[in-house]
Order: sequence, then structure tokens, then C-alpha cells
Amino acid sequence: MSIFINKDTKVITQGITGKTGQFHTEKCQEYANGKNCFVAGVNPKKAGEKIFDIPIFGSVKEAKAQTGATVSVIYVPPAGAADAIWEACEADLDLAICITEGIPVRDMLVVRNKMKAKEAKGGKKTLLLGPNCPGLITPDEIKIGIMPGHIHRKGRIGVVSRSGTLTYEAVGQLTEIGLGQSSAVGIGGDPINGLKHIDVMRAFNDDPDTDAVIMIGEIGGPDEAEAAVWCKANMKKPIVGFIAGVTAPAGKRMGHAGALISGGADTADAKLAIMEECGFTVTRNPSEMAKLLKALLK
Amino acid sequence: MKIHEYQGKEILKKFGVTVPRGIPCFSVDDAVKAAETLGGKVWVVKAQIHAGGRGKGGGVKVAKSMDEVKTYAGQILGMQLKTHQTGPEGQKVNRLLVEEGADIKKEYYVAALTDRATQKVAMMASSEGGMDIEEVAHKTPEKIIKVFVDPAAGLTDAQANELANGIGVPAGSLAQAVDTLKKLYTCYMETDASLAEINPLILEGNGNIKALDAKFNFDSNALYRHPEIVAYRDLDEEDADEIEASKFDLAYISLDGNIGCLVNGAGLAMATMDTIKLFGAEPANFLDVGGGATTEKVTEAFKIMLKNPKVKGILVNIFGGIMKCDTIAEGVVAAAKETHLSVPLVVRMKGTNEDLGKKILKDSGLPIITADSMAEAATKIVAAVK
Repeated sequence: MSIFINKDTKVITQGITGKTGQFHTEKCQEYANGKNCFVAGVNPKKAGEKIFDIPIFGSVKEAKAQTGATVSVIYVPPAGAADAIWEACEADLDLAICITEGIPVRDMLVVRNKMKAKEAKGGKKTLLLGPNCPGLITPDEIKIGIMPGHIHRKGRIGVVSRSGTLTYEAVGQLTEIGLGQSSAVGIGGDPINGLKHIDVMRAFNDDPDTDAVIMIGEIGGPDEAEAAVWCKANMKKPIVGFIAGVTAPAGKRMGHAGALISGGADTADAKLAIMEECGFTVTRNPSEMAKLLKALLK
Repeated sequence: MKIHEYQGKEILKKFGVTVPRGIPCFSVDDAVKAAETLGGKVWVVKAQIHAGGRGKGGGVKVAKSMDEVKTYAGQILGMQLKTHQTGPEGQKVNRLLVEEGADIKKEYYVAALTDRATQKVAMMASSEGGMDIEEVAHKTPEKIIKVFVDPAAGLTDAQANELANGIGVPAGSLAQAVDTLKKLYTCYMETDASLAEINPLILEGNGNIKALDAKFNFDSNALYRHPEIVAYRDLDEEDADEIEASKFDLAYISLDGNIGCLVNGAGLAMATMDTIKLFGAEPANFLDVGGGATTEKVTEAFKIMLKNPKVKGILVNIFGGIMKCDTIAEGVVAAAKETHLSVPLVVRMKGTNEDLGKKILKDSGLPIITADSMAEAATKIVAAVK
């Protein structure tokens, strides 16, 4: 098993005709069962056409009706990306994965509140992963996003991180010492996003095929602390934790829009301390994440 | 993106918030003329830099005569103003704001910002205006009132009243305070701000509510739809190297250490900096070359890092995904040659086409030190610069 997606997941690509969308759709199709998973694209102006044998539809709703897809991945440029998320939500998909980097925060605020209002009225809950994230992968089954597939191995370790290349770093270390991954999830570096560390940790906790988790965070925001407190009370599996940004100065945006220290609880030291208090095996040396995890399994 | 106080007040005014009459000035003559134009008997001469804490650093003076306006303007213009936000070297003052004096009866604090936990806009208010709000939050958190606004509903009358009543605005001025709060919220949303703060918001002797200061931060993701805000950008307030880097789409931030680092991905870049520190040195910069690094981009990144005279060594850390290690290796070799690199260089490469990348580095004939892990790379660069 795995979390959120598996080899039978059917995926719609929003923004499939753009350069980024095309490039990554091809790579995703080539990975494991990708050929059968990526079943539809969306572009109102190119409905009826095909790209890599994938039919293009005028809307997410139509793509879902015609193909039975339940998940979408979004490569739409920043100015239209929040609308694309809302379209996936209005089509009652299970999960929308937004790769797009650079979406205005106000647009994300508006769409997140609309999504929550829809749920509050009894509408279907569409999970959102991202934006500004690499996506997620269940090795040897399906890859939805921009991560390099070949560094992954099928296995029983979960990985969750806000950063793309730091996720790859953890996965690369695990694979190198012979530990495969159940799923690897990049939740993205933006301040207003969908699934948070706590949501992914919950899913890993419930997944019978995940034995342990590497949780990676960074400076800024309350998410890692919130997840740590939840894990202390609920998590039945060992966790290795790392927080990037011990050396980051306060008040500067470190590449990611959400990676900014604006108060005491935002710092890497504060987050590492609370994670340790909550029973995580934390490290300040990102090169030993996998090694520490392996020691916990014995 | 940050702007100056006088620019912030222009924005507030456009949204209907009452601000003192004031004129931005670039010289002492300008300042005297501004005071004459404003008239009255009291003027405030305020240094315009992007950092807070200007008053404590001697950048804000109350003048009671034209001579004093002239003296203070002369003192403040050109000074290296040091505040708790500028760092020890301070920030040079190139602009002033000369304002009419205000009859301050009471100072409040109001602000709008995005709350990550609730994913709503937090409107905050405090009776303790004019002070450092972080200090108030630390010492007397009960004196800060917050309401969380759903953008679909906007700031409601009930919420605005809760804030204004909560900070003790007298009955006669309540309606004006509520109106100011609602305008601040509208301004925050419509300008795509990430922070809009008025500290202090004052109650005048005659009962009027007025914004005596204005601090804004804007979401850089949204600047494409706000040319009017981009026009406020003051390059004198920004780090020259950071401006240069942004031209090449490189995310770069200057730091105090002596090891330059070039990394792909923001998270990995921070992790690399942390590893350098863990192994006994300090990073000289944060530098994320992003996903599509070309030879040109890597060369520019090297040039920017090497401009910093403190840099005694460079660590390149690449996790090749979509970006292939051999592409980066070619870029690194070209950059090292073009910049006549004379400091030690350690390269760590992992991922796609790792072996090919390492071969390119080896065949280049350059004294490039390679490493397999971040820890090994950090150990080697720290040893090389000592």
C-alpha cells in the first residue's frame, strides 16, 4: 500500500499543453504504471486534441466524467493556478496536486477559504497538495510531479518535506543504504498551502506498509511544531526529523515564499527542540537522516 | 518588497485613511521648503529607510522652528542610521519625510497580516501603540487583540468594533476607528500586501484618528499585477549583490561567513549552509540556482559569490533531478575558468548523470575537490580554507 495514490490512480493534467506540463507529463508516463495512470489533459482551447496519446478535454469536470479520473496535477502558470485548483475542487476530485511556483498569496487565501466553505456546507472535500511542491511518488507504481523517478526504490519508509531537493536528498540516502520508500511527499514551500506535515504524518501512521518516517521541515510557520505535538500523542512509528535553516537570518525570505523567520517559534532551533521533546530523533546533520532512521528500525 | 513610510502613507491616503500632511525631501533645502509649504509651528523630520526603530536611533526629530528643521534635516540626511533592524553598519539616509506636527492624546497599534495557521487575514490591534509590538506580544500578550478575516466576507462591522472597543477607543471616535480598520483591511487585500502596519495610529486631542506611521511589505509573487507598487522600489535600500543576482533569476542572500555556497533548491541550500556551520565554519551566502541552471547562470553565480572579499572557498552542492549533473559540471568548469578561480572549490554531486558530471570535473584539469555527501563536502571545504 501507499498513501494518497497508487498504481490504479487515474490522473488529469491541468496545464498539459504548456512547456513544463508537457515535459513532466512525458516523464510521469514513462515511470512505472504511468502510461495507464495519466488519462486526461485539460485546455479549453484544445479540447478534442491529443498529446502523447492523452485526450484533452475542455474542463476538469468533463475530463473526470469521461475518464473516471480522481486526481489532478496542475502546471498552470501562477496567474491562473488558483483558479485551476478551484476548478479541480468544483469537479469533486479526491486530490489536486499543484506544482506551480509563484502563486500570489492572496489568490491562495481566497481559494483555500472557498474550499473550506464548500466542505462546511457538506460538499466533497478535495485534498490539495502544494502549491510550489515537487508532487508525490509511490515508487514502482506511480509518480505525479517533477521528482527524478530513478532515485526511488519501493519499500517501507515514508518521506515528507517542504523542500523538493531536500526530499530527493533524503530519498537518495535511503535508497543508497538499501531502504526503499512507501511514498515520498513534497508539501511545498508556500505559506498558504493544502496538506501539511500533520496530514501526511497521519496518513503514514495509518498506512500498514509504512514502518518509519523521515520528516523534513524548514524555518517559518507553525506546521512542524503542530505535527510534532500530534505525533507525540498519536504516532506509532519512529520518526527522524530535520529542520533546514539554523543559519538563516531573521526577516529574510530564503528562496521559498514561506521560509522566513518572523518570530521566535519560526526558527530552526525552536522547531528542532519541540520535535525532540515530542519523541523524534532529530539531527542537525542532514547527511545522516537515513543512517539514523536505519538505526531506529533495529 | 518593502517601501518607505512616506510611500506607505500615500497608499493609505489613497484608500481613505487619514494621515498627517507631509512632503518627502532629498536635501536640506527641500526640507526647509517643505516645512514652509506645510506651515504651522511644529514639524517632524523623519529619516526614510526601510528598517524600523528609527526614532530610537536618532532618525526622527521634532522641530519647533525653521532653524531646527534645517539643523535636524542636516543631521539626519546622509547619516548611517543604526537600528535593531539595520545591523551594526547601519543604513545610509538618503530621503526625509517632513510632516506637520500632531496633537497626540493616545497611541494605538493596528496591523493586517496573513495568518498561516488559520489561512485567514489576521487583523491585530493593541492599546500599546508606539512600542515595539514584538515586545508587547512577549511581555503583555493580553494587550494584543486579534480577529481572523475570511476574504469572502471581509472585515465585518462586528469584528472592527471588537478591535476598536478592545483597545479602548473612546465612544466619540469609535466610528472613525472602525472605518480606519476597514480601510486598512481593504488596502491590505487590494495591494497584495503581506504586512500593513500602522504604529502608532493616534487619537488626537480633537478626537480624530490618524495614521502617524506606515509600514508595508508586499508579496513578491503578486508584484506583476502592481506596477504602481514596483515603482516605489528603492534600490539604495537593497543589497547590491542581491539585486545583481535577481537579474539572473538567482535567489541570493548575503551572509557573514567565508564559505560561498551554490546549491539547487531552497531547502537543500539552507541544509548546506547548516552543514557548513555544523562542521566549524560559516556560510558567506544563500544561493539557490533553481531548476534550470545554465552555464551562464552558474558563471554569474560564481561572479556574485566571488565579489564578496570575505569568501575563502566555495562549496557547490547539486542534487540532480531534472537538472542533470553533467550540465552543472560543465557550468562549474566554465565558471571556474572564466573567473580565474583562486580559492578552493569543493563540488558534491548526486543524482541524474552523477558519474558523467564527476568525470567532467576530473577531466577539466582544475584543482576541484569532489565529495559524496554534504558532510564530506563541508569537512573538505572547512579544512581547505583553514
